[in-house]
Amino acid sequence: MTTIASRPPAPPPPPAPPAVPVATTTQPSGPSRAQTGVLVGIATITMSFAALTSALVVHQAASPDWQHFELPRILYLNTLVLVASSGTLDVARRRIARGTGLSWLSLTLVLGLLFVLGQVFAWQDLGAQGLFLATSPSSSFFYVFTALHGLHVLGGLAGLSYVLYRVSRMSGPAAQSAVGAAALYWHFMAALWLCLLAILALRI
Amino acid sequence: MSVPTATVGGPHAAPRGFWRTHVFSVDHKVIGKQYLDLALVAVVTGMVLSWLMRFHLGWPETPIPGLGTVAPNAAPGGVVTPEYYLALMTMHGTIMVFFVLTTAPFAGFGNYFLPIQIGASDMAFPRMNMMSFWVTLVAFLVLISAFFVPEGPALSGWTAYAPLSAVGKDAGPGQGLGQTLWVVSILIFCVAQLLGALNFIVTTLDLRTKGMSLARMPLSTWTWFVTSVIGLIAFAVLMPACILLLLDRVAGTSFFIPAGLVISDRLQPHSGGSPLLWQHLFWFFGHPEVYIAILPGFGIVSHILPVFARKPLLGPRVFIACLIAIAFLSYTVWGHHMFLSGMNPFSATLFSVPTLVITIPATIVTLLWIGTLYGAKLRFTTPALFCLGFVSVFVSGGISGFFLAQPSIDTYLHGTYFVVGHFHFVMGVAAMFGIFAATYFWFPKMFGRMMSETLGKWHFWLTFIGVYCVFMPMHYLGLAGNVRRYSAFTDDYLKPLIPLHRFITVAALFTGAVQLIFLFNLIRSRLRGATAPANPWQGTTLEWSTSSPPPHDNFGGPPPAVHRGPQEYGVPAGGGPTDYVMQASP
Repeated sequence: MTTIASRPPAPPPPPAPPAVPVATTTQPSGPSRAQTGVLVGIATITMSFAALTSALVVHQAASPDWQHFELPRILYLNTLVLVASSGTLDVARRRIARGTGLSWLSLTLVLGLLFVLGQVFAWQDLGAQGLFLATSPSSSFFYVFTALHGLHVLGGLAGLSYVLYRVSRMSGPAAQSAVGAAALYWHFMAALWLCLLAILALRI
Repeated sequence: MSVPTATVGGPHAAPRGFWRTHVFSVDHKVIGKQYLDLALVAVVTGMVLSWLMRFHLGWPETPIPGLGTVAPNAAPGGVVTPEYYLALMTMHGTIMVFFVLTTAPFAGFGNYFLPIQIGASDMAFPRMNMMSFWVTLVAFLVLISAFFVPEGPALSGWTAYAPLSAVGKDAGPGQGLGQTLWVVSILIFCVAQLLGALNFIVTTLDLRTKGMSLARMPLSTWTWFVTSVIGLIAFAVLMPACILLLLDRVAGTSFFIPAGLVISDRLQPHSGGSPLLWQHLFWFFGHPEVYIAILPGFGIVSHILPVFARKPLLGPRVFIACLIAIAFLSYTVWGHHMFLSGMNPFSATLFSVPTLVITIPATIVTLLWIGTLYGAKLRFTTPALFCLGFVSVFVSGGISGFFLAQPSIDTYLHGTYFVVGHFHFVMGVAAMFGIFAATYFWFPKMFGRMMSETLGKWHFWLTFIGVYCVFMPMHYLGLAGNVRRYSAFTDDYLKPLIPLHRFITVAALFTGAVQLIFLFNLIRSRLRGATAPANPWQGTTLEWSTSSPPPHDNFGGPPPAVHRGPQEYGVPAGGGPTDYVMQASP
């Protein structure tokens, strides 16, 4: 490895154009980077689900033999649980700065798990009616949407657990930012689910 | 997608030990080189496949020496069967588009030089960066493994049109396990690209050094940034599409398979799907993918030409505006791949208009390059020659695009070699020339040794002549009605065209052989090239402010602050010993 960067000979200043360093948003700090990362990730996931939902909407409109079915009622209960978890996480985020709020974070985790469990119950409900992944395009879309969203929620739960582990060891602004990035993702999961539910309720 | 908090990195200590330094490295420079090595293996594989195809097209009945032993079922006696021809075509396209044209100019050079050019010590998420390379490698191995399964690789082309790609074995020998491996491979590749693109975007937004405003970023960094935004959106669509296709294949769903479909005398047990849906989803990714392949080339040319012209690029802000316009428009034109698909003819017009509009920013960019050359005392080095070659093949291929953008003309030409010639020029060869230019230009920085200029110039001229001999006649073949995707042209009306096919085949074998000069130059220069100074080309950007090769943290200390734009060339003569001012000069 070479050790020292060799600098070119400095040119004479007079002919050089004005040189003023401009202020930029370049204070690299881990958590803000995480936040940008989560935002970009959210854009990606939005795009993936935009592709899936438009596939559903276009396909349903053009399909003469589309089979509608009633959505399992438990989905609405699950929705309440997920939205509630978004609320508890927000409380946790505000309290973490003061060094408390760990219990709210844990409550969020529990509610998130409950949501995933509820989605599995919804699948069992549909299965009992004889509607499986391959039964018809409408049921296929339903299973794919809920499964992919569920996987993203599980990813979010993994992230939250990691944040919980980290926050239990540190406090202050770093902890707050870590929770902030995770909260951003988690709120997005709830918002995404509301959109998916609306589309499923209207089209399936 | 997991929450990226788990992989937040930052400046890290230099690793110890062989494995951490060279194999499982989180250093963006090592990862960039790994991507380039992978692309090199992939491009050799893809080129050998194209030779087999070309040879078969020129001499359909002559056995290819040795092929009968390597693939006894697919090519009995060394003569390629029609099915095997389609398998070769599918693998050639997939390898070249995904593992060469996406991997080398974007992931490879981008990984190596984006952090250095913005004055960062590494990517924003180094561990995620390492993961994205290894995931790409897994995707490549899964794809290649299809050659070793009993029925061989998929037959459905790099576009994997449904229902052929969705129904399984009934559609042909490779449509069983081979096609499943294809879908899985591309699915994995999507994950890798999304991780990579996310990393590029966050790095560019958050890790620029003091004074490196967006306007002062080198144009190569600009194109990698814009490309990663395009990639993020495009691969985010291809990924769910691949999931749906995979479910059709393994879980019995019917996303892309309509009711009552009979293939190989068997009624397919599916109903309610739409084959057109796959085409829409695929091309919504597929057209932007063209720009993922070519835009880094735009950036490389715009970065390199000014260095050798010794003057700034004409209108750098216009260039950036065109870049953004192209990125935006690339999402509005996907239907021009589907004029023959049976979609509503009115929507063909709808897709034709933005297709013609997107040529405007592309043309402006070309004019900027030519305008930059006007009045310049160009230094004819190998990288400069490849930049000129890039402009040449990009224009040649771009002009045939004007014809294909019209639905009425495309209806005639779409299924012919005209399209093959068009996209190989504008996307394949142009992007390859960008890769070559970048290699000759940045090799001294990456390895601390110069490449041979003499060999480089031979390589350029022979390749330049070769690719024109290969792809120019294809336009004529297409106009003469020569359909593509056929394994042999034994129909009466196509027989007179066979001599031209033989000419193309000879030219392709020759151009391929010429690449051995490049490989030899790479290896020889790596081992015995003249020692490269820190700034051999008298460039201004930050990668030239550090040693060749750069130290582990890129600058051997805190990154330099930036005081000016990236192209201070040709500063008034007589002012001093140099005609340029570095970005890092106060």
